[in-house]
Amino acid sequence: MSEIKIKFEAGKYDAVVVGAGHAGCEAALACARKGKKTLLLTMHLDAVAMMPCNPSIGGTGKGHLVREIDALGGQMGKVIDKTYLQIKTLNTSKGAAVHSLRAQADKARYHDEMKRVIERQENLYLKQEQAVDILTDETGAVVGVETYTGGIYRCRAVVLASGTYLKGRVIIGEALTDSGPNGLTAAHKLSSNLEKLGFTVVRLKTGTPARINKRSIDFSKLIPQYGDKESEAFSFDDDLGDNKKDLPCYLAYTNERTHEVIRANLSRSPLYSGVIEGTGPRYCPSIEDKIVRFADKKRHQLFVEPEGESTDEVYLQGLSSSLPEDIQEKFIRTIEGFENAEVMRSAYAIEYDAIDPRDIYPTLQSKKNPGLFTAGQINGTSGYEEAAAQGIVAGINAAEYIEGKPMLTLTRADGYIGVLIDDIVTKGAPEPYRIMTSRVEYRLLLRQDNADERLMPFGHAHGLISDERYEKMLAKVEAVRREKERLKATTVREGQALESLIAETDCGQVRPGTSLYSLLKRPRVSYESLARLDENRNLTDKAVIKQVEIQIKYEDYIKLQEEQIERFRKTEGKTIPEDFDYNSSKNLRLEARQKLDRYRPLNLGQASRISGVSPADINVLMIELAKAER
Amino acid sequence: MEFTDTIAAISTPVGMGGISIVRVSGDNAFEAMEGIFVRPGGKRFADAAANSLSYGHIVGDKGEIIDEVLVGKMVSPHTYTTQDTAEINCHGGLSAAKSILSLLLEKNVRSAQPGEFTKRAFLGGRIDLSQAEAVGDMISSQTEMFARIAAGQIAGALRERINGITDKILNLLSQLEVTIEYPEYDIPELTENQLLFALKDIGQDIEELGKTYKKGEIARNGLKTAIVGKPNVGKSMLLNRLLNEEKAIVTDIPGTTRDVVDELIVLSGIPVKLMDTAGIRQSSEVVEALGIQRSLAAMETAQLVLFVCEACNPPAEEDREILSKTEGKDRLILLNKCDRGVNGEAMAFFEKYDPILISAKTGEGIDKVEQAIVDFASQGSGETTQCALIVNERHKALIDSAAQSISRAVDALEGGLPGDLIEIDINECRNRLGLITGETADEDLINDIFSKFCLGK
Repeated sequence: MSEIKIKFEAGKYDAVVVGAGHAGCEAALACARKGKKTLLLTMHLDAVAMMPCNPSIGGTGKGHLVREIDALGGQMGKVIDKTYLQIKTLNTSKGAAVHSLRAQADKARYHDEMKRVIERQENLYLKQEQAVDILTDETGAVVGVETYTGGIYRCRAVVLASGTYLKGRVIIGEALTDSGPNGLTAAHKLSSNLEKLGFTVVRLKTGTPARINKRSIDFSKLIPQYGDKESEAFSFDDDLGDNKKDLPCYLAYTNERTHEVIRANLSRSPLYSGVIEGTGPRYCPSIEDKIVRFADKKRHQLFVEPEGESTDEVYLQGLSSSLPEDIQEKFIRTIEGFENAEVMRSAYAIEYDAIDPRDIYPTLQSKKNPGLFTAGQINGTSGYEEAAAQGIVAGINAAEYIEGKPMLTLTRADGYIGVLIDDIVTKGAPEPYRIMTSRVEYRLLLRQDNADERLMPFGHAHGLISDERYEKMLAKVEAVRREKERLKATTVREGQALESLIAETDCGQVRPGTSLYSLLKRPRVSYESLARLDENRNLTDKAVIKQVEIQIKYEDYIKLQEEQIERFRKTEGKTIPEDFDYNSSKNLRLEARQKLDRYRPLNLGQASRISGVSPADINVLMIELAKAER
Repeated sequence: MEFTDTIAAISTPVGMGGISIVRVSGDNAFEAMEGIFVRPGGKRFADAAANSLSYGHIVGDKGEIIDEVLVGKMVSPHTYTTQDTAEINCHGGLSAAKSILSLLLEKNVRSAQPGEFTKRAFLGGRIDLSQAEAVGDMISSQTEMFARIAAGQIAGALRERINGITDKILNLLSQLEVTIEYPEYDIPELTENQLLFALKDIGQDIEELGKTYKKGEIARNGLKTAIVGKPNVGKSMLLNRLLNEEKAIVTDIPGTTRDVVDELIVLSGIPVKLMDTAGIRQSSEVVEALGIQRSLAAMETAQLVLFVCEACNPPAEEDREILSKTEGKDRLILLNKCDRGVNGEAMAFFEKYDPILISAKTGEGIDKVEQAIVDFASQGSGETTQCALIVNERHKALIDSAAQSISRAVDALEGGLPGDLIEIDINECRNRLGLITGETADEDLINDIFSKFCLGK
């Protein structure tokens, strides 16, 4: 790499966003929509909003994130609503808290659509350039970005959303290449400069399975899987209408022969030979990993997913691998239906640099460099939705930082985004972090169906949700309240209608005078089934009906969770002064003192979630804080 | 973690004094009193003047009178803790104070941790740290054995037992969670019956652990020791010997002790609650017969029985009867009045029970009795550090609420609510148990999921 000696002034912006993946796109859009002149740098314009791994958006936990992004005023939900190939709600057999929307995406169209939105966004400038350094003043505050070609872009805030490009290294068996995802160039200089800024840089690993030409697969041996006939959209603004796309995915299985091939060639896996240094995610194990760890399993599922309508490439979910190319082809062809499979892209593992997210605040701003924000895989997370969620927060906050206004911090009680950010900034990301509903303490309250009610107030306050959208949401909330009141006041009479309801739902005895409200709490009784007893009903808005039903049915549990949140907010409200001197608190254990001093939590709640800090330490800390206040 | 929630505790030391005080402090202190404290003429406690004493009764849920009390009302900030505080002066002995405390615990009041009033006093700026620490030290050193057991419990057996239960909970949660996170993988979902079975199993474990609270009595309230025997074998005199003072009334008339007398002594740091009982015999006298009944009851509840017989006379029919009644109980056979000579028949009869020859009158052999009691209790406490015991009221309250969460989950499941909702209860249970061991276990669940199931792309 040759050093560029001659540098030049390339322009003045309010903010520069580095990287145009899912995090960068949301960050840039948010920042520009907040009126800031924003430059979005990408190493490759054809890789804007690229999906280098699975061709889907949403899923358990992730669907929640997309809804929350939408409620904050983000773009992801709207783009997937336009470009999906199949859409369905997962977990419909379970409670509303864990219903999750998921869509198969047309990758090329997703990219096109997002790129077009960005290109047409006022205040937003999209440019193909590689950032190599973040320029700061003597206080550490951001003043600009330097590019590979020597351009100096002056700005007051930077959002780093560099994905897996930083010192990217791709591994296919014995073959190692310096490369970003999908054969794109890796970025080398930026990560050294991050260390210079004081970040702890760590090495992470992820991987993606092979892509196959679908014309070489015998689909008659596979089981097709379709989406839902009727479905809600991701965006609260969208309605998918009637002519829905529903391209099938297919289910297939590995077998003993597949496993034999893999076992016989384990010595050639870089995972077991020690070539791979980075820590990979447990929820995304390679097929060889699965076969070693779950040796008694006779077969593993794999899902065959279309990459788009304009291509014959299909994705093999469940079959990621870092075995050599010849072995990959060999084991894939042992799978029923794949006897003649043509591999178009081999599975690979990729290692990349990320920062320790404990070095950033919940606003996603660096603890050391004012004006520097990070989002997405650089923070140790994995997944398009996780990236986009951080992107919108970082974008909003970059703009607020420039304005000198209060930034957006979402807590664990506000939403999945809050949980995601709180987890990484307090616990770090020793492996690539994925959101899961089980990480969310208050998930009955943090549903995908009420993300609008939860987060639009934030989106509105930060200027990304229009008054019109906001008022529409408020009207919905009011309609729900009114309908609940009405159901409380409406009681049942004896008669044929009641008898038919009892017979149909087996809901037990019902005394005349029972309110519809309390009747709806009974198992198997739905709002719909009460129609026969409810002559004055005139509600048709499905979204409102859904809220009414959920809020009444789960009322007791909702109350319980509200109490839990109340307790949570109390400790979360106990702030720790920024300059608090942990080292002089002799009552704190040494480990706790060091951890607290290193990561400087903002409040008691955060402090309690740092690993290595015990509840006893928190008690001591409480006393020390009280002492300091006096 | 909270400064303002309302806490309560028995503030007077165990087993002493004619009055016990239950102290309630926090934002909700006066409100909590409203439901359980009835003043004459229906006056509200809320209306009582600051720094006043109010007379009235503590009543149970069904309106039954628990005790006649005086309640002091101290208004924030001029109180020990700087928060609203009520002090209930009730009758001495633990039972009234304990009943009052448990009533309070049902009123959105939690039991105070050791030293917590003092901690609040400190946080409220009333006292400085050194004072607070001194109070804390005093509290923690009240009985050595308690401190030892409490420390041992947290480090060892109790933690292990609770971890055993939380492991079961985790296992259940990860089975529930995995089908939520990965709905499309072919992992068998738990059936409602399996879930019910698992919940009931966990509930039973928790309940059993809760029951050990009774066994924790030794540490908390002393080793319950009943002195039994036929009339006039010198039981009361033995008690006096052990107490080193004349508390029980001693006469030569058989049947003088007509009630159970409780006394607390401390032997080598172990609190021992001695219960002198009426002599056991067939009696036609009503009052005495009642006393005998109580003796038998005391013997039932005792953890150790000191069975007193005469060394100088052959065993009587009543001795044989009491011997068979105490069968299966932990007991020491004490052959009293050895100063009057040792009867061969008595020796032969009791030999196999390892009797201790004593004279309550001269003091001979009393040291051996004391040693035997200590040995028994420490063997008991040796046992307590191995098998988990709930000794702490806070722990008991947490165990109870953990058990409630599980039974709520069972009800909800039977009422047809989905598994992911029931998880709220199961998690609540897990959090309660975690508060006992002081462990936060956020990452455990995720770890458990990935160690058990094979998932992902």
